[in-house]
Amino acid sequence: MNEMAPISREERVEKLKGLGCSRKRVEDVRFTQGKGNYVDDLKLPGMLHGDFVRSPYAHARVKSVDKSAALALPGVVAVLTAEDLAPLNLHWMPTLAGDKQMVLADGKVLFQGQEVAFVVASDRYVAADAVDLVVVDYEELPVVTDPFKALQPDAPVLREDLQGRTSGAHGDRRHHNHIFLWEAGDKAATDEVIASADVVAEEMVYYHRTHPCPLETCGCVASMDTVNGKLTVHGTFQAPHVVRTVASLLSGIEEHKIRVISPDIGGGFGNKVGVYPGYVCSIVASIVTGRPVKWIEDRMENLTATAFARDYWMKGKIAATKDGRITGLSCHVTADHGAFDACADPSKFPAGFFHICTGSYDIPVAHVGVDGVYTNKAPGGVAYRCSFRVTEAAYFIERMIEVLAIELGMDAAELRAKNFIRKEQFPYHSALGWEYDSGDYHTAWDKALKAVGYADLRKEQAERVEAFRRGETRKLIGIGLTHFTEIVGAGPVKNCDILGMGMFDSCEIRIHPTGSAVARLGTISQGQGHATTFAQILASEIGLPADSITVEEGDTDTAPYGLGTYGSRSTPVAGAATAMAGRKIRAKAQMIAAYLLEVHDGDLEWDVDRFVVKGAPERFKTMKEIAFASYNQAIPGVEPGLEAVSYYDPPNMTYPFGAYVCVMEIDVDTGVHEIRQFYALDDCGTRINPMVIEGQVHGGLTEALAIAMGQEIAYDEIGNVKTGTLMDFFLPTAWETPHYTTDFTETPSPHHPIGAKGVGESPNVGGVPAFSNAVHDAFRPFGLRQSHMPHDHWRIWKIARDLGLHG
Amino acid sequence: MIPAAFEYHRPTDLQAALATLQEFGDEARVIAGGHSLVPMMKLRMATIGHLVDLRAIADLKGIRIDGAAVRIGAMVTQQELIADAALARAAPILRETALQIADPQVRAVGTIGGNVANGDPGNDMPALMQCLDASFSLVGPNGSRAVKAREFYEAAYVTAREDDEILVAIDFAAPGGGYAYEKQKRKIGDYATAAAAVTIRKDGTACSAASVAMTNLSDVPVWSKAAGDALVGSACGPADVGRAVAAALADIAPTADNRGPAEFKRHAAGVVIRRAIERAWSRA
Repeated sequence: MNEMAPISREERVEKLKGLGCSRKRVEDVRFTQGKGNYVDDLKLPGMLHGDFVRSPYAHARVKSVDKSAALALPGVVAVLTAEDLAPLNLHWMPTLAGDKQMVLADGKVLFQGQEVAFVVASDRYVAADAVDLVVVDYEELPVVTDPFKALQPDAPVLREDLQGRTSGAHGDRRHHNHIFLWEAGDKAATDEVIASADVVAEEMVYYHRTHPCPLETCGCVASMDTVNGKLTVHGTFQAPHVVRTVASLLSGIEEHKIRVISPDIGGGFGNKVGVYPGYVCSIVASIVTGRPVKWIEDRMENLTATAFARDYWMKGKIAATKDGRITGLSCHVTADHGAFDACADPSKFPAGFFHICTGSYDIPVAHVGVDGVYTNKAPGGVAYRCSFRVTEAAYFIERMIEVLAIELGMDAAELRAKNFIRKEQFPYHSALGWEYDSGDYHTAWDKALKAVGYADLRKEQAERVEAFRRGETRKLIGIGLTHFTEIVGAGPVKNCDILGMGMFDSCEIRIHPTGSAVARLGTISQGQGHATTFAQILASEIGLPADSITVEEGDTDTAPYGLGTYGSRSTPVAGAATAMAGRKIRAKAQMIAAYLLEVHDGDLEWDVDRFVVKGAPERFKTMKEIAFASYNQAIPGVEPGLEAVSYYDPPNMTYPFGAYVCVMEIDVDTGVHEIRQFYALDDCGTRINPMVIEGQVHGGLTEALAIAMGQEIAYDEIGNVKTGTLMDFFLPTAWETPHYTTDFTETPSPHHPIGAKGVGESPNVGGVPAFSNAVHDAFRPFGLRQSHMPHDHWRIWKIARDLGLHG
Repeated sequence: MIPAAFEYHRPTDLQAALATLQEFGDEARVIAGGHSLVPMMKLRMATIGHLVDLRAIADLKGIRIDGAAVRIGAMVTQQELIADAALARAAPILRETALQIADPQVRAVGTIGGNVANGDPGNDMPALMQCLDASFSLVGPNGSRAVKAREFYEAAYVTAREDDEILVAIDFAAPGGGYAYEKQKRKIGDYATAAAAVTIRKDGTACSAASVAMTNLSDVPVWSKAAGDALVGSACGPADVGRAVAAALADIAPTADNRGPAEFKRHAAGVVIRRAIERAWSRA
């Protein structure tokens, strides 16, 4: 018996494991067995190891570098300094933000941990020994770690290379430590509204410096094949194609002679977008020695020298009518960029998408200005699990709403609901120039408040305050509210590029004769589960089971050009390219099916995994049959094979949103907190894989918890990093992680082929203000307006002390 | 985070270990669990020519309980302390404390001997040992001697142990009565912002004996005789506890670090000590 009983349509849908299915992550088979293949797992024959001599000083002149003792150590092959790189013009390199950055210290150092010399040795241990033998003579210079002090007239000159330069990549520089002033909105109109408003709340909101701290640090293996002149670089790259282009531009090696491979990546969160001195030095060392060179950061190097995030001082004014209708918003940011402007933003946006800071609210007029400033701190300013500067924006507006609620004596939930952009206003043009594609904020908000029993929580909180005042308890309750709007999926090529490369993305699909497929993308998963979810998008588009589709990323020799994975852009951009390439496959499949069924193309309709003759459901060809036919039938006017490629230039960004509520118990005597409840409602449009979404939300919330409650890169006054190890840099474990309740509404993006918006970063964007607002809310009855993160024990304790709660 | 080269020794008896220490003098150091020493070596803050690993010496293992007398081998791991049912009956404060040290992976390797002998003011066991009035058995080239935990700590990382001596065991009498080890920390794996070990015995309604010691609130562990004295004879009411807390706070000298300024630590210490006393009293 060969005949199988026909299976139902539902069963066919289920078999595909397409959109909306909680398919198990295919990557986890290897990750959970410790069988991932990370860059440090790579061992090439004859491979050398690099290690850095780094500056112990935050600002110093480098008077001399004596490498003789290091070179005399057996096993040491080379010690590179700026002097060695200068003839190749590689002692400096361009940054993604239009600045330039020292690869190795050229006459001076500008932050603690800066790369001074690169030691290359036959093994990792010899390299580390040799680092100790390099003698550097420093002359200490005055240090500035405060961006406000850096702009004072008598502040030390940090960037001597820019002296006399009154303009930079983003316009005028008004001071020797000033990088740019970037503005959006209507300043005059905003000032006028604020001057004449019923109520104005004004506050400085600081979003402290932190670090993405992926579990795997940065690293690479550069391998120059001196016979065929081909350079292969394996590395922890969130944007492998961009690295290839940059490497070609810097080295002069033609781009087809460079292959960049991102193997498995153990988390990126923005930290692995930029180009670091370690990559450049490894490449140069491999070219010079003709041998592969590996460079892997340790944890302290990662925290102190590779890209930080945030460090925004946001001075806000929000105006409203007496009954709580917001009439205007202004924000001035003092942005601490560190020693070099190495922010990883689209080139035309030196403050990223910070001007999404009107948030979820219908604010008629607004203005933002962002001053970028140099200090003696590490460069970076990357989007740590968020779209470019969007966490800063969301934190700013969600704090300003709370401060305004205090000013108005209003409930903060009610104030939000009163000012949300209404469903019928979408597509909504914000005062700062964005076109919000879609949203339904009131529905999400009402659902969230109902789910947590908001009115009862407020009642319980009020009772607790009374009990506290009577001396019956030392614990307060904080209810942290957030309604955030993300802007992700960079982005339309007309205004989004990185170093001139438009921010499209790509997918190339090959269907094999027996009905399986490989899809290659320009993105690269760092744990997001692309191999799982992109196969699901494709399964629904082309009717082949997700289990029969291999997704490959990260090898520039095989994958189509793409701008990589960060800023929640993979699903909005590469996911769209995947759907569009799938539709090209399906269009050709329809022609083949029509030929096989001897009907006109238009007589067919698509049904899950097959084309069916309209009105004759027994006459059909499955995609599996069509795939085979595409390789063995001579079809007039149709080329053999079944392949497609799509380069997708998104017409707009996508605007995921969410409503979060955090309930926190706070011990006013010790500053110890406990998260009693955390409810997270996310609307990411069409949901591709609910289980993966839930995992993303849990991960993003936990990073938000870390940032809000303890994680920081702190410097002392002379520029020493005080939080350079995981003893002091807070990385939550399962122990510190609370239980999360996840929920959703589904408002598809109108311009995305499958309506998806991206979700990986939403929980970090929304989570930070939810945790922080909970702390603030607990102390609101006692007069707290604003207290800067991170809310670790002593800072919470200090709030209580300053409010006189310790008696 | 790559240590300088070192020679590794793994003696199987104490005499061989002592001989290796003798042979290499200043260049040699014993290693127990290594959770303090190895990071220092990786940071190249400690360069050790010869590491003498004690884990193969059977005599340093084992927990012996004879009536009220408790003897714990220096190489007993924190996990073994936690898992030992007889110890949990005799002196449950050991288990309560060990459970607040680091995380399960560290506790599987970290030892009580290393914890008390290293002299790190952040370690939890030294204050507990002072609270219990334990004594440390040291063996050196000239034989063995015992040093009281309350006399062992001189300054941060400086103890009464001579470089050529090895800590072999810890002895104390099971305290009986109520107990508590209360610790405030920022996260799992962290040293204490403030921590306190308290044992209390009750006779009728009054406190008949009390001992209070504190972790990470000075450059050495602090046993506060005055705090214990303040409780003895009292009913451990709020005023009595307040006097004990005040006495304990008079004996500490916290310093600022990433956990916060000294005044915060002093305040947190007051809360932690109070809670430890209250919990110990409730169990007495």
